Parts: sequence; structure tokens; C-alpha cells
Amino acid sequence: MSTPARYWREIPQRYRLEANKCSSCGKIFFPPRLLCNVCQSKDLEKTKLAETGKVLTYTIIRVPPHQFVDQAPYAVGIVELDDGVKIMGQVVDCDFEDIKIGMKVKVEFRKLFDVGESGILCYGYKFVPQLR
Amino acid sequence: MEGIVGYGAYIPRNRIKVEEIAKVWGADAPSYKKGLMLEEKSVPSLDQDTITMSVEASKNALKRALIDPKDIGAVYIGSESHPYAVKPSGTVLAEAIGATPDVHTADLEFACKAGTEGMFIALNLVASGVIKYGLGVGADTSQGAPGDALEYSAAAGAAAFIFGKENLVAKAHETYSYMTDTPDFWRREYQYYPQHGGRFTGDPAYFKHIKGAARGIMDKAGMKPEDFQYVIFHQPNGKFPFRVGKMLGFKKEQIEPGWLVNKLGNTYSGSSPLGLTSTLDISQPGDMILLVSYGSGAGSDGFVFEVTERINEVRESAPKTRDLLSHNINYLEYGEYAKFRHKIRKAD
Repeated sequence: MSTPARYWREIPQRYRLEANKCSSCGKIFFPPRLLCNVCQSKDLEKTKLAETGKVLTYTIIRVPPHQFVDQAPYAVGIVELDDGVKIMGQVVDCDFEDIKIGMKVKVEFRKLFDVGESGILCYGYKFVPQLR
Repeated sequence: MEGIVGYGAYIPRNRIKVEEIAKVWGADAPSYKKGLMLEEKSVPSLDQDTITMSVEASKNALKRALIDPKDIGAVYIGSESHPYAVKPSGTVLAEAIGATPDVHTADLEFACKAGTEGMFIALNLVASGVIKYGLGVGADTSQGAPGDALEYSAAAGAAAFIFGKENLVAKAHETYSYMTDTPDFWRREYQYYPQHGGRFTGDPAYFKHIKGAARGIMDKAGMKPEDFQYVIFHQPNGKFPFRVGKMLGFKKEQIEPGWLVNKLGNTYSGSSPLGLTSTLDISQPGDMILLVSYGSGAGSDGFVFEVTERINEVRESAPKTRDLLSHNINYLEYGEYAKFRHKIRKAD
């Protein structure tokens, strides 16, 4: 169950894919970190992840957590974005048999789940096939 | 001079055909198709609503505007299907495009006219010099009661326009609004589906207000129907825009580029704004475009735009509206549609 405060804390990442990048070694962190785990630098600058990428791997969820019951079955993939960062999210707007490793996808803003009939609506990124 | 700096559209991939709805209610599909001049309509997925479509349409508008979202001083979403009863849609949009926190945001409601209301306010705030850029969005996931005539047309889509004073795609020469209190369509608090006045939604409502706004803005601008390459009227069904166009002296060819309703349905607050996006997609520098919305209750907003050279630079920067309408389509059966539109009552 997502509380409003937890959801709110994640807004920069869920809505805008905000990350940070180590100024010394260039590693990108998503979500952002205070300290680079490669070179221990504290000099990290704000950056934004690419909104296009390709499917590295995926699976079909048929027995979902309770917030996602109405959406099942659905595909969840690990996507390598064009900047090399790998993130996980639902792959939607395509039939399962059309999802292929290496398929080009782009980020789309979607409702992830709602907190019951009267709770908050939680939005964020999913992936859809790139049509152009 | 002020005008449109960037525009963008968004249409969900799901469709349901008139035949599929008619089959469930024992209605005569051919007569609905002929009467409404409509073949199918768009349907949002479970994870799409007015907010998500507004974000995607606005991101497409930003791709054409090429501005820093931080310079957007006002964000308005017009819709009759804001997902929350209390909590703004516009804050999510402003946050998602990176316009916060120096931004004024409001959600607008005026049946199908709410989208052009947001555009009207954003454009005129830019004109007054209060803000550098303003974003106006029309978006809806409209609902028709099961079996009602509206169920065949109530659809989903969004169009977004960024207004500014530099690098214009289209100059805004004139705006005008025509308004009376006319109860032709309404939804009371806590009611799930809207109600309408049947034929009363025609002459004293749609036709009177569109004619009033179109004639008013043409008088104000000193223009005649033949001065426009294109005209977009609100599209509650396929017939009404052509009928009102004929009454006003416009030709079919002026209406067709922005006439999407036969394959899209009535996207309410997104309807005439989406017609404007598809018209801009095919327009040429120098073309004059008249946009007249209609919202029950009732009123119409009119805009006169002149397309600039920049249209040729930005046209391909984001998906074109008719491409969104025809690509990656997923036809639904009524059961899936009923689930997607939350028409099925589940156990707690």
C-alpha cells in the first residue's frame, strides 16, 4: 500500500525519470544517491534518463500483487534506456506475442495503480512500443 | 504577437465499434452509424485517464515548442472527467513536464468546452504579458450511460497547446466567446453518468452557440467563411459539424481535415482541440484557421489562427494526429470495454 508521503517522495523519479550522475566517474544512479558507489565521490549532478530504449528481458505476471489484479495478465520488462541505464516497468499497448528481446520502446506516463476506491491515484512510467 | 508555439495530441489505442455496442443493447447498428455518422470510438485502458493523456499530449506539444518547461507560467486542463473530485489534475501535469513550482495551475470544467477555455485563458495571459508561456489542454475520458445514444460516441483523447509570443507555429488573431444559460446536458454531483435533453441539445444548444460564436468572431475579425482554408467545429457526432458549417457558409473541404469523429468518437473537451491539431498537421504557412468549440450549459469559444512558416519545421517533431488515430489499434469486445470503463460492479 502506497502512502501519500511515500508516493510524493518518488514523484521526481516516477514522473520525470530524474537521476543523478557522478561528476568524477560518470556513473548514473536511479534513484539518485548521495555518494557514488564506484569512486565514493560526493559530487553528483542532477540528470534525466533517456525516454527511449530497448527491452532486455521480460516476463508475464499472471498472479499479481493486489493493486494490479485488474491489470493482470501484464508484461514487466527490464529496459535498457538509450543512456545505458536499465530500469524495470510494465510493457503495455502490445500483445504479449509481439514483445521481443531488443524491441524498441519509449516511456509513457500511465496510472500505475490506485489505493482502493477512495485512496490516491499513483502515476508513473510504463513502456510502449516505439511506433516512430 | 501571441499564438501557438507548440501543439500535441494523444489518442489511446483501444477502439470499440458501433456494431459491438449495438449488439449488446439490441439496437440497430446501421441506423446509429448513419444517424451519428460514426463507425467506432476510442476507449482508454485501465491505466489511462485525463491526467495521463494530458501529460502525453503536452510532452508532444513540448517537442514542437522546444522551450524550457520552467518558462511555462500557467497550466490549465479542461475536462469533465478529472480523475479526482477534489485534487487538481493540473498539478500532476505541471510536475510531470517539469513546470513546477513557478506556475499557476487550474482545472476547468464546462462540458465539452473546457479544453478551449484553458486555451483561451492561457493565450490571453500570454497576450497580457503576465506569463511568458501558457499551456492549455483539453482532455476527456467521457462516459455515456450504458445503452444511451451517448455510449456510441463518448470517447477519450487529449490535445495540448503551448502559447507564447515568439517562434509561433500559428498567430492568434482573434478570440471571442458566446455564452447563455442553456441546460441541454448535465451531470449532478455523485452521479456516474450525464443526462441530456435529447433533441434539445441541437438547435437551441449546439447550433445556436456555434453559429453565435462563429458569426461573432468573423464580425470582430472582419472575415468571411471563404477567407479561411480550414474550420473546426466541436464534433459530438459526425453530422453536426457539417450541418453547422453549411448553415454558416463553409464548404465540406474546409471541415474535413479536422473532422476526426467518425473513427475517434466525441472526445468532449479534446474534440475540437484535436481537430485543430490534425488541421495544423496538414496546413501550410499563411493558412487561416477558424476554431469554434461547444460546451453544453452552454457556450462556444472562437479562435482565428494564421499558420506561420515554422509549421514546416515542427510538423514532424511529434506524432501527427491522424497517425495516432490509425496506428496500433486494438478493437475491444463489449466485456473488455465495460471493464476498462469501470462499468462492472465488483465485490469489495
